Amino acid sequence: MEEIINVSGRAVPHIYPHLEIWGGPIALYLFFGGLAAGLLFFSSFFYLKGKADTMPMTVKVAPIIAPIIIILGLMLLLYDLHHILYFWQLFLHFRIESPMSWGAWTLSVIMIPAILWPLSYLDDIIEYLKENKSNCKMIGLLEWANNLIKKLPVLPTIMDIFIKNRALVAYVTIGLSIVLGVYTGILLSAFNARPLWNTAILGPLFLTSGVSTAAALLMWMSNDHKERTLYSKIDLMLIAIELFFIVHMFMGFLSSGIAQVEAAQLLLGGPYTVVFWVLVVGMGLVLPAILEIMELRGYHIPIAIPAFLILMGGLLFRFIMVYAGQASGFNIL
Amino acid sequence: MRYAMAMDTRKCVGCSDCVVACQTENNVPLGFCRDWIVEAVKGTYPDTVQMHFKSERCMHCENTPCVRTCPTGASHVIEGGIVKVTHDECIGCGACIESCPYDARYVHPDGYVDKCTFCDHRLEQGLNTACVDVCPTSCLIFGDLDDPKSDVSIILKEKDWYVLAPEAGTNPQLYFLK
Amino acid sequence: MKTTRRQFIKIAGASTAGMAIAGSVLGSVQKVSEAVHVKKDMLDSELTRTPTYCEVCFWKCAAWVYKDKEGNIKKLIGNDEDQHARGKLCPRGTGGLGMYEDEDRLKKPLIRRTDANGKQYYEEAEWDVALDYIANKMNGIKKDYGKENMALFVHGAPAKHFEYLFKAFGNENHAEPAYAQCAGPREAGFFATFGSGVGSPEPADMQNSKCIVFIGNHIGENMHNSFVQEVSTAIDNEAKIIVVDPRLSTVASKATHWLAIKPGTDMALLLAWMHVLIYDNIYDKEYIDKYAYGFEELKAHVANYTPEWAAGITTINPELIRKSAHTMAAASPASVIHPGRHTTWYGDDTQRERAMAMINALLGAYGRRGGMYMGVKQKLPKYPVPAFPHPHWSWQDITKPKFKNAAVGLTNVLIEASLPEFDKKHQIKGWFIAGTSVINTIPDRIKMFKAIENQELIVVVDTMPMEMTGYADVVLPESTYLERHDYSRAGKNRVAQVAFRMPAVEAKYDSKPAWWMAKELGHRLGLEKYYPWKNLEEVLDWQFKQVGSSLEEMKKIGVKTFPSTEPIYLLPGEDYEFNTNTGKIELYSTDFAEKGYDAMPKFTRHDSPDPGFYHLVYGRAPMHTFGRTQNNPYLYDLYETNSIWINPRTAKLWGIENNSDIWLKNQDGVISEFSTKARLTERIRPDSIYMVHGFGHTNKKLSRARGRGINDIPLITKIKVDPIMGGTGMRNNFVTFVLEEPSREEIIAAADWKANAAKKKEASENKKKETEKKSEAKKEHTKETHTKEEAKS
Repeated sequence: MEEIINVSGRAVPHIYPHLEIWGGPIALYLFFGGLAAGLLFFSSFFYLKGKADTMPMTVKVAPIIAPIIIILGLMLLLYDLHHILYFWQLFLHFRIESPMSWGAWTLSVIMIPAILWPLSYLDDIIEYLKENKSNCKMIGLLEWANNLIKKLPVLPTIMDIFIKNRALVAYVTIGLSIVLGVYTGILLSAFNARPLWNTAILGPLFLTSGVSTAAALLMWMSNDHKERTLYSKIDLMLIAIELFFIVHMFMGFLSSGIAQVEAAQLLLGGPYTVVFWVLVVGMGLVLPAILEIMELRGYHIPIAIPAFLILMGGLLFRFIMVYAGQASGFNIL
Repeated sequence: MRYAMAMDTRKCVGCSDCVVACQTENNVPLGFCRDWIVEAVKGTYPDTVQMHFKSERCMHCENTPCVRTCPTGASHVIEGGIVKVTHDECIGCGACIESCPYDARYVHPDGYVDKCTFCDHRLEQGLNTACVDVCPTSCLIFGDLDDPKSDVSIILKEKDWYVLAPEAGTNPQLYFLK
Repeated sequence: MKTTRRQFIKIAGASTAGMAIAGSVLGSVQKVSEAVHVKKDMLDSELTRTPTYCEVCFWKCAAWVYKDKEGNIKKLIGNDEDQHARGKLCPRGTGGLGMYEDEDRLKKPLIRRTDANGKQYYEEAEWDVALDYIANKMNGIKKDYGKENMALFVHGAPAKHFEYLFKAFGNENHAEPAYAQCAGPREAGFFATFGSGVGSPEPADMQNSKCIVFIGNHIGENMHNSFVQEVSTAIDNEAKIIVVDPRLSTVASKATHWLAIKPGTDMALLLAWMHVLIYDNIYDKEYIDKYAYGFEELKAHVANYTPEWAAGITTINPELIRKSAHTMAAASPASVIHPGRHTTWYGDDTQRERAMAMINALLGAYGRRGGMYMGVKQKLPKYPVPAFPHPHWSWQDITKPKFKNAAVGLTNVLIEASLPEFDKKHQIKGWFIAGTSVINTIPDRIKMFKAIENQELIVVVDTMPMEMTGYADVVLPESTYLERHDYSRAGKNRVAQVAFRMPAVEAKYDSKPAWWMAKELGHRLGLEKYYPWKNLEEVLDWQFKQVGSSLEEMKKIGVKTFPSTEPIYLLPGEDYEFNTNTGKIELYSTDFAEKGYDAMPKFTRHDSPDPGFYHLVYGRAPMHTFGRTQNNPYLYDLYETNSIWINPRTAKLWGIENNSDIWLKNQDGVISEFSTKARLTERIRPDSIYMVHGFGHTNKKLSRARGRGINDIPLITKIKVDPIMGGTGMRNNFVTFVLEEPSREEIIAAADWKANAAKKKEASENKKKETEKKSEAKKEHTKETHTKEEAKS
């Protein structure tokens, strides 16, 4: 029988016996990051395709969620800092080798289009809401905000420039949103000390997952049948890509060194197996895919179900990766 | 100048003197430690059972993932290859803790991230690190790898050694003698 | 088990509030002392230092106490000149400032009072009041019974101060657990052989040895500073190490030969080694011819103790027994069996130690380089005072008739003499305890409680609220070694050295040093003429000046080395007279023969456990000293609780999983009060379990230590007393596992094991009588039917 035990009181909080430096706040932050990236991507993409009026929800209305959840994400990130009074140091340095630094700056830069885009469409948003959801309580708030903006000194000028160059902004936003989506995965994959994270597939996987959650949300929020069907199809494609990535991720782990094999075991028989395969893959990917295929074949499935399942799956996936990743290591003690 | 430490597992008795000496020298708060003792047992009683102790700490790697992932540059390398954290630049994000394969770092109650510093404040005065000085079995050997006459250079030439988790690719500078 | 006249009082806090802040986010129950948290980084050049010698254990390493500008202690570092420390302190020494910083310390003198409802409690008192109380009571005992009818239990530095007080009072009944519960057998065994005891540190010349043998001696887990340093040097010198231990101890893992012996059978192995050394002709013939007496008797005695015979008893391969004997002999004379330290095991311990001494003689080790050196010391003259009064009787009168070779007072004999049934003239009616928690050191709690009940005065002097303080009439808070002066350390070593202790910081709370308590009591008892000096600093200065030093010098250097006047090794061919009856090393002990003991060790079989029971093997951990450091914040941080080591095969039989909670029950039914975790490890035999001694504290005021781990002392109920020097052999006990939590009633009932055993015996005897009666009746009946049948036919 082999024993590797600690002899001298190493009860360091959050480090031993289980590494738990990052938890819920980081998982939520990654989820919000992916979701915001997807929303901004779709809005810019379909704008450039000229679908601004046929898909108003995608291009004009839904992006208002993006800045809200990005700010929420940033607040979660700050809350998670242990030396919070020094958070401003983050914005005094840019370190090209640190994904954390990339993330902080990308998030800050993407705030500009994330805020300005929905603000520039505020009139349309209010109109849309009045037409479709007239009892929405937000309408009053948005109208007040709209009036306020028109009265502020510099802002209307900025908005004009923005609106005139919307196409350029859309291209830039597509780029930034892809960076944001991939970054949420690269942040984790850059840590070679955590074998479960240290795979190049994690970046594209998180990007796909993020875009997929955005598509699910847009599908849920939209009123237009054509828009919904489009997102249904997009989601099916994204789910297929995600499953492909997941399979290859495991293949990669199992054919690497023992640390990677043990890391994969956490999800293949270890403590996180059931949660991952039943909730994330089963109910978060496969089941919504089946439901959407049935929907496309003519069966009527309430749109909330697959949408909710995909969102839940995305959130749980990030939670599992954060916790299981910290449980994986080189078993040094 | 490249500082490194060698640890002779033949002699270590696991007394944990290095742990408490480091705590008193470096004001490490109780409940935290910068170095620790691991006991490894294998085999079966009575014919094949064997055991040894290891005294572990930050490896002050040559290829430091923790310095790379630090978003503010608070984690940095100083002369001799010692990895240090500037307290006022650290935001406590925990990225460096995630990137250490040896779990050598911890979050200090004051908020910044802390770890073994090879007692650089003592090295400046020409003294040894606290753990090396106190070890009753003298199983910790410290010195400059670039100096062929230093204790650690000599012992690493004479004896067989190994490092922990070489596959992590960090090139650690804490060597364990077989 | 509750006493009636004297209830156990938990020292509940009317005392000054401790500066404890709950720390540690994950909910571990530690208190981060504020003093620790606020310290700043500091270079050595900014610190001042004062000398002392450590008191955490009894190795007494000289150290420097480093203080910052505000006078707070920053760290403790070993004195470079000192032979005990050699510039380093062990983890307990390094963590010694925890003793000073521990906020659970005793803070004010306490006197036991009874309130209106008959409940007993401790009242805080001023020193004058407490000391007057003690003096009155002592005078009362003197008047009613005699000044000899008190006992002094001591250990460590306070011992000298209170022994002096008691001798001045006219009482010589003092005892340290260090003799009868620990090192006594080796003193008696080695003295009978070489004419000199062992002492501390043991004079094994390990740093020059080529082969060292340890019998059960788990160096590395018992962390005696220079001892460990010397073994480390020996490892560097490629010395062979032979370890005899049922467990893979730390040193066994570094051994050339590890003999995994069955517990209790060491004597067989030692006799077999003697056989091999003699009959394979590999002993040091020249040395034995010149210095030894009784070789022919020994040769005849061990003729039948072959390795094959020993193998059956010890479960060690006979080839290994031979091989290890040859390894030892090959290194002779730089070959030594270390005498060990805690040697009160099975009741025949003096003889076992004698066997070890005899093998050392056969190896030619005594007085040789790499074997055993003959230590030298620097005598510090005693401050001139009138001669002490002669007591009418002393411990010798109640000890020597039975234990003829007891060299000092025995704690267990004094406890026996404290019982109400002991003869009136010699009955002890008052206890004075300093530096030892008697109840957690000396086994047989039932006897101890009875003795406690019979005392009119119990005074406990301690730094921490250890369990013994709950039974005292007066509790006196002692300052720690960092806050006081004490007599200097001047023991035997390779070179004579004197180590000085002075206070580094002012005494915390209302604690006082032992010398002050003794002097104050002395004044109150009319013994002023024995205390002509103002304070101990004066005495120390006088002593240093007598040997060519001074207080000023000692303050600067801490340790002074004195040039050797005697050689520590025998000169080649020297005609040396040993301090024995025959003037030679006695392989046949004339002293033992005279007194009716075996002149040469014989093998006795010791008990084996019943099925389902396992040998209770206890030992030490390098970061703790017995039961005194479990509450020290630094050392608690390193090792907070003991665990029960169980072999995986045994655990499988019981269904015990790694890190599960278990309780222990011993062969007399006593159940452990707390549970602890099971550690499944291959380092222990399937027929034994192992645990570290000193845990399972019950006093609630020990905020960190309370309730952690299992205490082995209550489980040690079967005691085999050594007939030669009265040591209490404690390793004869066996335990079984209790996997379900026992109720409080069960535990309390089980603790009364003597009564339970008597009841059981009575019940089984009644049952026997019943069955006898029945079988008698049956016989009668069959007889009747037979006669009836006969009559019929």
